[in-house]
Amino acid sequence: MWSFIHKLGSPPWFFRFSGNVVKWLLPVTIAVLFVGAFWGLLVAPPDYRQGNSYRIIYIHVPAAVVSLAGYYVMALAGAISLIWRIKMADIAMKAAAPVGAVLTGIALVTGAIWGKPTWGTWWVWDARITSMLILFFLYLGVVALFEAYENKAAAAKACAVLSLVGTVNIPIIYKSVDWWYSLHQPASIKFTGESAIDASMLYPLLLMITAFYGLFALVVMMNMRADLVWHHRQSSWVRQWAGFE
Amino acid sequence: MSVPDSDSLSLGAAFYRQFLRHGKALISSPADLVNPLLFFFMVITLFPLGLGPDPERLSQMAPGILWVVALLASLMVSGKLFASDFEDGSLEQLCLAPQPLAILALAEVLAHWLGTGFLLSMVSPLFAVLVGLPTQALPVLFMSLLLGSLCLTLIGAVGSALTVSIRRGGVLLSVIIIPLHVPVLLFGSTAVVEAARDGNPVSWLALLAALVLMSLALAPLAIGAALRISLDNG
Amino acid sequence: MSLLDAKDVAIERGDRSLLRGISLSVEAGELWQLIGPNGVGKSSLIRALAGLARLGVDGDICRSAAALYIGHSSALKRALTPVDNLRCHPACDVTVGDEQIAQALQSVSLAGYESVPVGALSAGQQRRVALARLLLSDARLWFLDEPFTALDAMGCEWLEQQIAEHIQLGGAVLFTSHQQSRFGAQQHNLDLSLYVSA
Repeated sequence: MWSFIHKLGSPPWFFRFSGNVVKWLLPVTIAVLFVGAFWGLLVAPPDYRQGNSYRIIYIHVPAAVVSLAGYYVMALAGAISLIWRIKMADIAMKAAAPVGAVLTGIALVTGAIWGKPTWGTWWVWDARITSMLILFFLYLGVVALFEAYENKAAAAKACAVLSLVGTVNIPIIYKSVDWWYSLHQPASIKFTGESAIDASMLYPLLLMITAFYGLFALVVMMNMRADLVWHHRQSSWVRQWAGFE
Repeated sequence: MSVPDSDSLSLGAAFYRQFLRHGKALISSPADLVNPLLFFFMVITLFPLGLGPDPERLSQMAPGILWVVALLASLMVSGKLFASDFEDGSLEQLCLAPQPLAILALAEVLAHWLGTGFLLSMVSPLFAVLVGLPTQALPVLFMSLLLGSLCLTLIGAVGSALTVSIRRGGVLLSVIIIPLHVPVLLFGSTAVVEAARDGNPVSWLALLAALVLMSLALAPLAIGAALRISLDNG
Repeated sequence: MSLLDAKDVAIERGDRSLLRGISLSVEAGELWQLIGPNGVGKSSLIRALAGLARLGVDGDICRSAAALYIGHSSALKRALTPVDNLRCHPACDVTVGDEQIAQALQSVSLAGYESVPVGALSAGQQRRVALARLLLSDARLWFLDEPFTALDAMGCEWLEQQIAEHIQLGGAVLFTSHQQSRFGAQQHNLDLSLYVSA
């Protein structure tokens, strides 16, 4: 176990390891994505109230779920980088931030598109949407902070601190927005609970969530690999891999 | 050695000395104390101008207006918190002090808060009258700003410590800090709303107090770590 | 026992490696000058040895005595008087009395400037206030980065005397300076151009 973690910190080893992971994760993720999308968009029955427009949940919900998990992955990498000073954790954190931000953006946009036919408006200050928007801001803050630092090693450490502060804050933000919303809740807008979802709709949704997790892992890993190649462009293992030696 | 019979310094004494150093520097430039209050005053007058003078509507929005403007004022001064320390080299010396950096930085943050957030909450009832906040809500406004501004200052100090080594870090500070300020704003303004409509503000104030305690415990750690990182970048 | 032990220290700035393979051991009573051309990494190394820089520093650095570092910036608050600045110095490890401060200021020939804000002093005078800390600290290890800049002949002489006294009393001093071998034979030189990484 420990030797595995130790190896994770070694760039050439991680590069080879992640190459193998990508090799089988890529086809599996694409397969699950296609099956989930086909099932959700074509096979699953239409909703009795929303008709076909509900099908956007097969993108909206997975994006929202994974975007929150992504923040924790990023913060965990940040904590590892601060405590054990493993450079690979810096690279993982830097790779995860923009991917998470994009996923949060997708969740917000698909939410708005879903909102128009369902509630007749693009945007409502519902508790969940508001929390998602603030999560988006948190991601943007990390990305902006990283870009602003000249010394990229210091940038990674600064982003690690910021994402840890954000992690402590996320439950507080979610809870405070929830209470705030329940106090101001307008009577006209009511949301359907998630628990009411039928199994025929749920299974493709779970498939899509799995596919999005795979997609997140894939994109982050490929991002890290690109970063590693750039960082170690002068070392022999990269030159060998690229066929220069 | 050079100083024959010197006592080594206790943590409390070091804390007090750091507090004094920053406090004295603040007092010696009164503009830094008055300008945030002027900002608060002026931005509040913008709201009746922008929204129309209808007293009823203004008084309904007053808690939100007061709290948002207080948040902006705190954001504005947060950027200055460690800026002069970074420029004049005090930060290097602070990092070399034998006492924990987090504690010494906390002394500085508290001195900064007394000169900014504390003052602002003291005078806030005056400005609240301008936007027609109901009188019974004034004590709650004061209490919520007193607790809330301490929280905003502590979180803002984390942002300041993270961005102090970046040239033109002012806007960046707002970008990284505003999302973290959301719970403080929600608890604070809701407490005032509740007080204005004779509801129950105490539970919201209690939540604010909990936030204060939590940030008092955790923010100094983040500030200390961030200051060292900024030193490495600079 | 040595006051400072450094083994195989490497310094990098950003992605670029500056220095590598530096090992030194500083004993009590020793005086070390870091020499080398501009940009070779003298300041970076002395900051690393003092414990100020951590990112981009590799190797083992062990200080077994309290350290005092005076760098390019004076660490003085412009709005405060020299007395307040010295009394509330952020890194001071001991309590200093008013009398000691008055003596220190007199020693750097700033008697009479006790209540003038530091911002109103000249650059050389500010430098002297910063250096007055040497008299108010218990630290045995001094790290002085370009301490002679902005000082006049009298100030340089004063500083040389302080350094000489400090090492006589069992302290140790590391400093950087453009001027070669300020202290002649009694100092050790560390020529950084020998450690520049290829």
